[in-house]
Amino acid sequence: MIPAPFEYVRPTTVEEAVQAVAEGGEDVKVMAGGQSLIPVMRLRLAAPETIVDLGGIAELRGVREEGDHLVIGAMTTHAEVVTDPLIAQHARLIAEATETVADRQTRRRGTFGGALAHADPAGDLAAVALALDAEMVIAGPSGRRTVPAREFFVDYLTTSLEEGEILVEIRVPKLSGDWGVRYEKFNRVAQAWSIVAVAAAVRREDGHIAEARIGLTNMGPTPLRASATEAALAGAPATADAVASAARSAAEGTSPSSDLNAQADYREHLVQVLTRRAVTAAAGL
Amino acid sequence: MTVTEDAATTQVPGPEKEVGKARKRKEDARLITGRTTWTDNMVLPGMLHLSVVRSPVAHARITGVDVSAAKESPGVVTVLTGRDLAEEQGSIPCAWPVTPDMKNPGHPSIAVDRVNHVGEAVAVIVARSRTAAADAVELVDVDYDLLPPVLDMEEAVREGADLVHDDLGTNTSYHFVFDAGEAGTGGDTEQAFADADVVVSRRFVNQRLIPAFMEPRSVVVQPQGDNFTMWSATQIPHVLRVMLAMVTGIPEHKLRVVAPDVGGGFGGKLQVNPEEILALLIARRLGKPVKWTETRSESLMTAHHGRDQVQFIDVAADREGNVKGLRVRLLADMGAYLRLITPGVPALGAFMFPGIYKFPAYRFECDGVFTNKVPTDAYRGAGRPEATFAVERIMDELAVELGMDPLELRRRNWIQSQEFPFTTVAGLEYDSGDYDAATQQALDLLGYSELREEQRRRRESNDPVQLGIGFSTFTEMCGLAPSRVLGSLSYGAGGWESASIRMLPTGKVEVVTGSTPHGQGHETAWSQLVADSLGVPFEDVEVLHGDTAVAPRGMDTYGSRSLVVGGTAVIKAADKVVAKARKVAAHLLEASEDDLEFSGGKFSVRGTPGSGLSIQEIALAVFAAHDYPEDVEPTIDADATFDPVNFSFPHGTHVCAMEVDTDTGFVKIRKYACVDDVGTIVNPLIVEGQVHGGLAQGIAQALYEEAVYDADGNLTTGTFVDYLVPSAADLPHFDTGNTVHVAPGNPIGAKGVGEAGCIASTPAVVNAALDAVRHLGVSDIRMPLTPERVWRAIHQGGDGGDRATAGSNAYGGAQTETTAGVSTPQSALGGDR
Ligand SMILES: Cc1cc2nc3c(=O)[nH]c(=O)nc-3n(C[C@H](O)[C@H](O)[C@H](O)COP(=O)(O)OP(=O)(O)OC[C@H]3O[C@@H](n4cnc5c(N)ncnc54)[C@H](O)[C@@H]3O)c2cc1C
Repeated sequence: MIPAPFEYVRPTTVEEAVQAVAEGGEDVKVMAGGQSLIPVMRLRLAAPETIVDLGGIAELRGVREEGDHLVIGAMTTHAEVVTDPLIAQHARLIAEATETVADRQTRRRGTFGGALAHADPAGDLAAVALALDAEMVIAGPSGRRTVPAREFFVDYLTTSLEEGEILVEIRVPKLSGDWGVRYEKFNRVAQAWSIVAVAAAVRREDGHIAEARIGLTNMGPTPLRASATEAALAGAPATADAVASAARSAAEGTSPSSDLNAQADYREHLVQVLTRRAVTAAAGL
Repeated sequence: MTVTEDAATTQVPGPEKEVGKARKRKEDARLITGRTTWTDNMVLPGMLHLSVVRSPVAHARITGVDVSAAKESPGVVTVLTGRDLAEEQGSIPCAWPVTPDMKNPGHPSIAVDRVNHVGEAVAVIVARSRTAAADAVELVDVDYDLLPPVLDMEEAVREGADLVHDDLGTNTSYHFVFDAGEAGTGGDTEQAFADADVVVSRRFVNQRLIPAFMEPRSVVVQPQGDNFTMWSATQIPHVLRVMLAMVTGIPEHKLRVVAPDVGGGFGGKLQVNPEEILALLIARRLGKPVKWTETRSESLMTAHHGRDQVQFIDVAADREGNVKGLRVRLLADMGAYLRLITPGVPALGAFMFPGIYKFPAYRFECDGVFTNKVPTDAYRGAGRPEATFAVERIMDELAVELGMDPLELRRRNWIQSQEFPFTTVAGLEYDSGDYDAATQQALDLLGYSELREEQRRRRESNDPVQLGIGFSTFTEMCGLAPSRVLGSLSYGAGGWESASIRMLPTGKVEVVTGSTPHGQGHETAWSQLVADSLGVPFEDVEVLHGDTAVAPRGMDTYGSRSLVVGGTAVIKAADKVVAKARKVAAHLLEASEDDLEFSGGKFSVRGTPGSGLSIQEIALAVFAAHDYPEDVEPTIDADATFDPVNFSFPHGTHVCAMEVDTDTGFVKIRKYACVDDVGTIVNPLIVEGQVHGGLAQGIAQALYEEAVYDADGNLTTGTFVDYLVPSAADLPHFDTGNTVHVAPGNPIGAKGVGEAGCIASTPAVVNAALDAVRHLGVSDIRMPLTPERVWRAIHQGGDGGDRATAGSNAYGGAQTETTAGVSTPQSALGGDR
């Protein structure tokens, strides 16, 4: 469990980091909390030539408000997310999902940005970012650009981050109105990744469900939205029956994999049950 | 030395008894903080480091090994292959030829021309640093000519199956039979089945498990002239020393083996490891100290596994529920080779299948089968959990068949308390106990009737979450083992244990034990025993162990033997110390030995208050040796060896209440209660700890753990992402209790507790899950009860079926090719974009 040799750089600003990545040679990796990167390096599944550690860049850390958005620095740790008052107020779904990530030790090191950039289909935060219509702010040699979550997650462990680019912050629209949220995670033991999970945010209006946003974890190589269920819920009465019937289409358009924990058909079943439960709870039923 | 003149002191009662006190373990501070002598903490001047290059394929001929690039790598001293070591490596020993015609293909420590499982050693890098050794592993180029892997036991025993070892002509290592009719311990089994009203037959799969001890294996060897000292993270320094001598030809008196503090084993370190042999041979060849410490990946993949049986079990009974016969046929996976007691594990289990029931007839047959997987061997319970699982599961199936309450069926057939000692159909003499009392207490702890009532309500309302209650009324054979019995089972060694007590001049006491702990708390328990026997303060006792130069005789720790056998040796040594001290005391007190009484650590002359000498004072007196009786030697130190006449038989009742979410298949233990009878309890805290840990492992077999191989023979569950070891967060609160029936076979009265929880819990948990969903048509679910299996069993029938053999998505699917030392084309792909 010893990684192959590598060069190590620890810049203190985003500009220096972009520079260091540009100069880092053929195979350069940025490191956030290292909770996904270090294990694959120790297993020698990855052997980068240079590591650019983002840990020294103060500006990448913390949560702030910008009008009707929250801005979460990429290097904000899971532990910080879980206890952040702004997130609790405006994006509680993120905190709820983050609480289910790994164990205390990992949450102290792992970061919000690292989890999104890693884009593990079994990871919990990508589906939440997708459900909340977050935007990724990316810095690269040619400046900054912003990518909506829908376009950010491209494939299995693949994002739209180009070579030389760094994820710097995540902009999350504040939920305004009567929103309820729920992250429903299904796994076998407490510290494990999701077999399937469902992130739901539901806005109620006059006994109806005005709007539902549902993100799915581990139902394909990327996080997905349960669009058919969302459509069925829009304007539906806030009743258990309506939710149950809408949840039946949660697996539409998904392409889950088969692995030790679950074969695809079982995941397709689970996602319906979990969607029903998540939406029911989020709608306060 | 001053003898107190104060008359009052002689009246003071001796210190309160240590035995029975919930002492915190004196060794824990250093073990928990790691500030201790773990083998990997050892650094010797000039020490070289080994990394093992391992086979990425399950079955192949090696057609070439190119080490030239690895030899050029910075810091590398040399690279050795199987060819280089072929002449001197001998074979990993197998101490248990269970039948005279058992086939043993021999077990090289490093493959020479063939590999038989993924992870088998093919080359060893010797380098100046651990990192340099690890870096060179990928540079070794091995050519393999692939052979078909043999992975499924039921296919492996068919005519014309591919063979693991062609030269043996079969995949069957042995066929072991115990027939109670032939042994004279029971009736004719075939007849019993022919005459029975009811026969229930099942096929159970007792899956392969990985011991997953916390401290990885590690070994350091230091050559000194023609002597060698080996430090190893082993359970068995004494056995290892003998075996190293036999395998390598290095004379035993030139070998010293030290097991320093060892961080867990569960049987997984009851082994002579290939890497121990390799480290010794390489240290000898280079004349330099060497160290090897495994990675976690290597540990999961190459340290021996446990369990892995396909069990065909038939039970015969009359309509009233009286059992008439039991028939067991096992296929037991040996893996690719026979290690230390690989073949003996299922054979030991043979005697436990009848459990606590009065079967009049019993026949057991077992085929040991070779496959291209890592060998199996001892794992917590070793044969007994497998047997207990099968009998406790089939009793439930019989109850269903008869329409009887499962507890009522058990009651009707179990040995009654007044029937002890009871000789079972397997020929074992059960020592003591009361199954009814333990069961009653367990039901009370659980709150049985309320839960049954809730179960009824949930069933009636068709609740998506159903409730079930499962039992396991078990016993086990512990205190391994009477040497004569081991002899009759063809085991290669005895089962005695040794102890010495040294009385130091300042009155402190050194206890030397041959049963080497690896986390059990021997230092605390032995101190409690000695404090009582010698009447010295607990703090004045130091327990020494694990070093063959300090503790020269021993049989080490496994099979819940330490307290029962090793503790008894300590008590016997203490008795001898007191007897020797008595002579000296009589001399010094100018009294007759018969007039002395010994209590609270002090000899005093009967009827003479105020007189007296403590045993600690006598220790100083014999050290000075100015004044001692003429006919005795000036020491009160003593040795003792104890060989038990019989096993001890802890028993207990475990009851599990299980919630099953029928929508998802998720199972959750609602409540778990168990009452164990482990005889006398020396330290309730240690007993509770052993029970909790055992429960965790037994529940883990039922719900979480399974070593899964893919169709090519790769270990899919090669990391803790995929091999799920539960943590405290996944386990319920345990309601534990005890009944105490003193073991008649040893002066402590202890029966052993190391394996009880692990043996008992697995069937209770599975029975509980089945009880929750049986009305939905489910009669079996394969372990571990993954949510998917439970869901499939409920909604699609069957036992939940095979699992997919791809690892989980997490970590970028870093499962099969994740092993340091195994570099395959796929390695480059996984994990990272
Ligand atoms: C035991 C354990 C259990 C876990 N369980 C869960 C779980 O249940 N659910 C879950 O969601 N996750 C889980 N994780 C993963 C954890 O959430 C990680 O923190 C996360 O996946 C990666 O975050 P990190 O900050 O550690 O990133 P790193 O490991 O440092 O980086 C991961 C990848 O992202 C890239 N990267 C990181 N930051 C940036 C950036 N700013 N810009 C561009 N690229 C970047 C890196 O180059 C690397 O390829 C677990 C991890 C462990 C060790």
